Amino acid sequence: MTAAPRYIAEHRDRVRAVELDGLVVLFHETSGMTHIVAPPAPEILDALREGPADAATLLARLAARFAFEQKDGAEAVAARLAELEQAGLVRRT
Amino acid sequence: MRHQLALQIGPVAFRIGSAWPEPLAALARLYAAYPAPADDICDFTVRLEPEKPWRRWIRPSVAIQGDYVLPDAAPMALAHGLLAAEMGMNLQMALGQKRFLLLHASSVEKNGRALVMTGESGAGKSTLAALLGERGWRLMGDEFALLDLDSGNLWPFPRAISLKNGAIAVMEGEAPAERFGPLLEDTPKGAIRHLRPNEAAIVGMNQCARPALILFPRFGADCAARGVGQAEIFMRLTQSSTNYVALGGAGFDALTGLVRSCPAAAIDYPDTEGAIDLVEALWSEAA
Repeated sequence: MTAAPRYIAEHRDRVRAVELDGLVVLFHETSGMTHIVAPPAPEILDALREGPADAATLLARLAARFAFEQKDGAEAVAARLAELEQAGLVRRT
Repeated sequence: MRHQLALQIGPVAFRIGSAWPEPLAALARLYAAYPAPADDICDFTVRLEPEKPWRRWIRPSVAIQGDYVLPDAAPMALAHGLLAAEMGMNLQMALGQKRFLLLHASSVEKNGRALVMTGESGAGKSTLAALLGERGWRLMGDEFALLDLDSGNLWPFPRAISLKNGAIAVMEGEAPAERFGPLLEDTPKGAIRHLRPNEAAIVGMNQCARPALILFPRFGADCAARGVGQAEIFMRLTQSSTNYVALGGAGFDALTGLVRSCPAAAIDYPDTEGAIDLVEALWSEAA
C-alpha cells in the first residue's frame, strides 16, 4: 500500500495575496502568474504552511479552525488541493 | 532620419522620424502647442521607413519601425502616414512602457479625481472621454491610462484623440475645425480623424489625479448601470492592461490597490447624450 501524498505550500514570501469581495487574488512570485481563488483555497495554503501534510492531516487542521461537514469538506479540500498543485502554489514533498 | 519631430505628452517623450515630410507635417499640425521634451531626451523612438528602399518613391509604403516593433505588421499607404505615426507611438507604449501600469482606457478629471473608462474596441470610451473633455472635464487621455506604481495616481497622457466612423461627426459638432487632423478614409478600422485635445488638457498634462470611478461602457442597449464585483474588476483590468504581466509584483500591487480603492460599474447606453447623463449621475453618486 502506497502512503498518501504529502503536500507543502509555497512560502508566504513568494505569494502575495489580496482579498477582493470574498475571493482572493494571488500573485505567485516564482511563476509570475496571478490566480483568483475561492475559499477554502487560501485557508488550505495557510494550513499547509504549518508543515507538510497529507489530505487527511490537512482536513484535520482545517476542521480544528472551521466548522464544516466532514464529507463535503473532504471533497472541497481535495478539489482545491488539486487546483493549487496545478497552479504550482502547492507541491508534493 | 531625414525628418524628425520630438513631442512631450504627459510624462512620456517621443521622437518620431520619417523618410517623408508629409506624416511629420501632419503630426506637427495636430500636436501644435505641445511642448518639446526637456533636454531633448526621449523615452521612445518611432521611425516611419519605406518597406523597401525603392518604396520611398514608387507607390510609397510606410513601415512602422522603432525601439519596439511588431515583425508582421502590414505596411501602410503614405496617405495614412499620420495614422502610422500614431500607431507607432501606441506600439512603443504597449510593448515598452515599464514605468506605469498601462490600462487600455480613457480617463477624464474633475477636482483632482479621475474617471476611468475601459472596454472593448467600439465600446465608446474614446468618444465619451472626448465629449466629457469638451463639457467641463479635463481630458487625460483617450487610449491609455497610466497608473503610477508607487502613488496609485493616474498620469495624463493626452494624445490626439482617435475618432472613428460615427464618432467623427459627433465631435465635429463639439470642437472647432482647427483642432482636427485630416480625414483618413479606408483605414483598417474604417474612417479615422484625429482631434487635438483642448488647451486645458494640454496645459494640465503634468497634473496627476486620484482614480475615483471606473466604468465599463457598452454601446447599444437602453441606459442601465450595474455594480461590478472587485474580483471581476480586477480580471477585466488585467485583460485591458498591456503590461500587467511584464510588471510582475509591482503591477499586482498597483492593480489590487486601484481595485480596492475605486468603485466601478458596467453601463449600457443607446446614444452619447444618454451616456453623458448616466456618467454624470454615477459620478455624483461616487463623489
